[in-house]
Amino acid sequence: MSLTSHGYRSSNMKDPKLMMWIFLASDCMFFGSLIGTYLVYRGRSLMGPYPQDVFNIPLTTISTFVLLMSSFLMVMALYYLRTNKIQSFRLATFGVIAFGSIFLGFQVFEFSHFAEQGLTLQRNLFGSTFYVLTGTHGIHVAIGVLWLVSLLIASYIRPMTSKDEVYLDVAALYWHFVDIVWIVIFTVVYLIEFI
Amino acid sequence: MAISSQTARNLGNKVLIRPNSQTKGIVSWLTTVDHKRLGIMYLVASFLFLFTATIESALIRTQLIRPDNNFLNPEVFNQMFTLHGVTMVFLAIMPMGTGFANFLVPLMIGARDLAFPRLNAFGFWIYIAGATLFYSSIFLGGAPNAGWFAYAPLTSLSANPGNGIDFYMIGLFLAGIGTLSTAMNIIVTIISMRAPGMTLWRMPMFIWMVLITMFLILFAFPPFTIALVQVIMDRTFGSLFYVPEQGGMPILWQHLFWIFGHPEVYIIILPAFGAISEVIPTFSRKPLSGYPIMVFSGMTIGFMGFAVWAHHMFTTGLGPYGEMAFAVTSFVIGVPTGAKIFNWVMTMWGGKIRLTTSMLFAIGFLVTFVMGGITGIMVAISPLDAQINSSYFLVAHFHYAMGGGALLGFMAGFYYWFPKFTGKMLSEKVGRFVFAFIAIGFHTVFFPQHFLGFLGMPRRIQTYADGYGFNTLNFISTMGSYIALTGALLLAYDIIKTMRSTDRKAPNDPWDARSLEWSIPSPPPVHDFDTTPVVTGQDTFWLEKYPQFKNISNKEEAEITKLSKESDKHGIHMPGASWWPLIAAVALFFGGYAVIYDNILLGLIMFGLLLFSVYAWAFEGVGGYYVKLDSDGGKQ
Repeated sequence: MSLTSHGYRSSNMKDPKLMMWIFLASDCMFFGSLIGTYLVYRGRSLMGPYPQDVFNIPLTTISTFVLLMSSFLMVMALYYLRTNKIQSFRLATFGVIAFGSIFLGFQVFEFSHFAEQGLTLQRNLFGSTFYVLTGTHGIHVAIGVLWLVSLLIASYIRPMTSKDEVYLDVAALYWHFVDIVWIVIFTVVYLIEFI
Repeated sequence: MAISSQTARNLGNKVLIRPNSQTKGIVSWLTTVDHKRLGIMYLVASFLFLFTATIESALIRTQLIRPDNNFLNPEVFNQMFTLHGVTMVFLAIMPMGTGFANFLVPLMIGARDLAFPRLNAFGFWIYIAGATLFYSSIFLGGAPNAGWFAYAPLTSLSANPGNGIDFYMIGLFLAGIGTLSTAMNIIVTIISMRAPGMTLWRMPMFIWMVLITMFLILFAFPPFTIALVQVIMDRTFGSLFYVPEQGGMPILWQHLFWIFGHPEVYIIILPAFGAISEVIPTFSRKPLSGYPIMVFSGMTIGFMGFAVWAHHMFTTGLGPYGEMAFAVTSFVIGVPTGAKIFNWVMTMWGGKIRLTTSMLFAIGFLVTFVMGGITGIMVAISPLDAQINSSYFLVAHFHYAMGGGALLGFMAGFYYWFPKFTGKMLSEKVGRFVFAFIAIGFHTVFFPQHFLGFLGMPRRIQTYADGYGFNTLNFISTMGSYIALTGALLLAYDIIKTMRSTDRKAPNDPWDARSLEWSIPSPPPVHDFDTTPVVTGQDTFWLEKYPQFKNISNKEEAEITKLSKESDKHGIHMPGASWWPLIAAVALFFGGYAVIYDNILLGLIMFGLLLFSVYAWAFEGVGGYYVKLDSDGGKQ
């Protein structure tokens, strides 16, 4: 409960941030359904290539590491904005964008590499479930990158201050969530094949 | 918005002039972000679809009036029951709940709009876009014909080569985006925009039920959306999710569908429960009995709603343990529902009951819904379900729950809130006949179908042979559908007549009601409340009228009044209207056609338009104006 510049609010959390938490709750179910479908169909492909034939764990470990580090930079960006260090905020945000793009680059490389080995959407159930799951995650990362690029450009058009923190805060929540989803995907899609 | 800038705003204004408070006519409706206008548009659209679906059901019943009839051929019959089911569930009853919520949630919690007004407009337009796309299938090669559940592999490209299924998948995908975004919007609104003093435990029961419904939408729609995407991928891009020859399992569709589909039943019924919980106390002149029990039973229904989905799949071979678990959870969910019924009856007990049309519908709801609940417990017994699955008994059961429950509940709410929506009173005299036709017609249609089911008549068949003993009961059932249709026509006539009349002005509070929306004029002014309401307890407007029932310390009341006064100092800010929600919805609408017809160029153009409208939306900012109360209206 608090009085703000728009009058009385019955919650202390700002609306956009509350909205993002609620959206993420819903997004959990989106990814839950996709991961559930992947696991239900795991090992049911009638022909190859199978997961063990195509996965390259060291490569995906590197891209996972890059994505995790982008979350670290995201925290730094938010910290710099809160403390009004705008130049450092821009640098950190640029880092997040760069790392997110590198992750997407890895994914494009991985997809084309898999396709060369004969794994397509139409090939087998593994192809269908794998591409739709990781593709949906990739789209989430791409939206996050686009969002951060927009915020970065906007910070040059009209200088941001710590008062605008909520806009970055919302983007950061989204970014961390997408990151966490990748940790789950990396575990139940990639690592599980080599236990 | 931080990223809004003057230059960008000017750019946006050059492309499309942003309407302001002076804008009138059709443009002001297309660009409105006012929750009352959007609520009315939701209600008008949902009533039109309700009427369409009623006509479709009358056509279905006409086909079944006598044995070996060929009024509708089998293909058209399949399309007709698919249209009827999808329209009723997705385009009529669910948006009706959203319409009530849109109009009433801000008024009942003492707010002036939803938290994200433009997103609210987008939710409405994308619902209209999805519905239009779905119905355009009739003119573009035939409607979907695989039932409202669209079981795989009936929807596979090999079994269903026409475009009908694509229209189902894309249409519901689009409508689902709107449902989800509006649900999120309403949750934020209820959490953060309640008036001073409106604690969670002082919220009207309707608000509680809407809040629970919106959480159900939040978690139930994603699995369905993913299932839709999987079928779209199968049909458009050749993936193998539901291709049995390649190992795909059609049963997965059933699981994903019913994980959504069962909560959907509660998504439809809970707002109706909320409406009933406002109507019965008002017309019994008593506070709602067992308020905390009502809240907790609503929550229990919400949680349990996700734990019963496989009772729709008892005959698919779940195995004894699976069937047992889901049978038990299905029995258990009857307990909180029963608690609610008892509380409504207890509210009426000893009350000073006024039998208005609204109250008649509420009592009709209680009786009919209990019957639907009892048959619900019957079909939860899995051995019995094996006997009556896919028979007319099921049709009778879910129509008693959905039609007799949700629809009669919404009708009670409609008659109750119509004066607030429009500022006019519906005729009580005609209302009695509307109730009689609809209630008698409804029971005449569906009561005989219980027996048809026991006699072995399967659902979804186009016709039946003579000599099975189906003839008389089917004839009675069809007659009932004509009676109900007469009631619907009578209601339509009365609504039109009332809207055109000048002498049926509604006062602020025609029913001596209990919650905040009745403290302001009918229809409410654009800014809803002149001053921020002061909430001093449950049924706060009742306490304002009858202060002897107040149960609040002077200190607390003084604090709340102070908060309200300070809040008023900030003035009344009205959000600005916007074109971009409509344009974003139009882009998605044509994007849907691009996917159906594999038109990459159209898809790219629409994707570009969507992206552009999202940016324009963000950069134009909230905008708006402040209402000055000393002048006649708002001033830019």
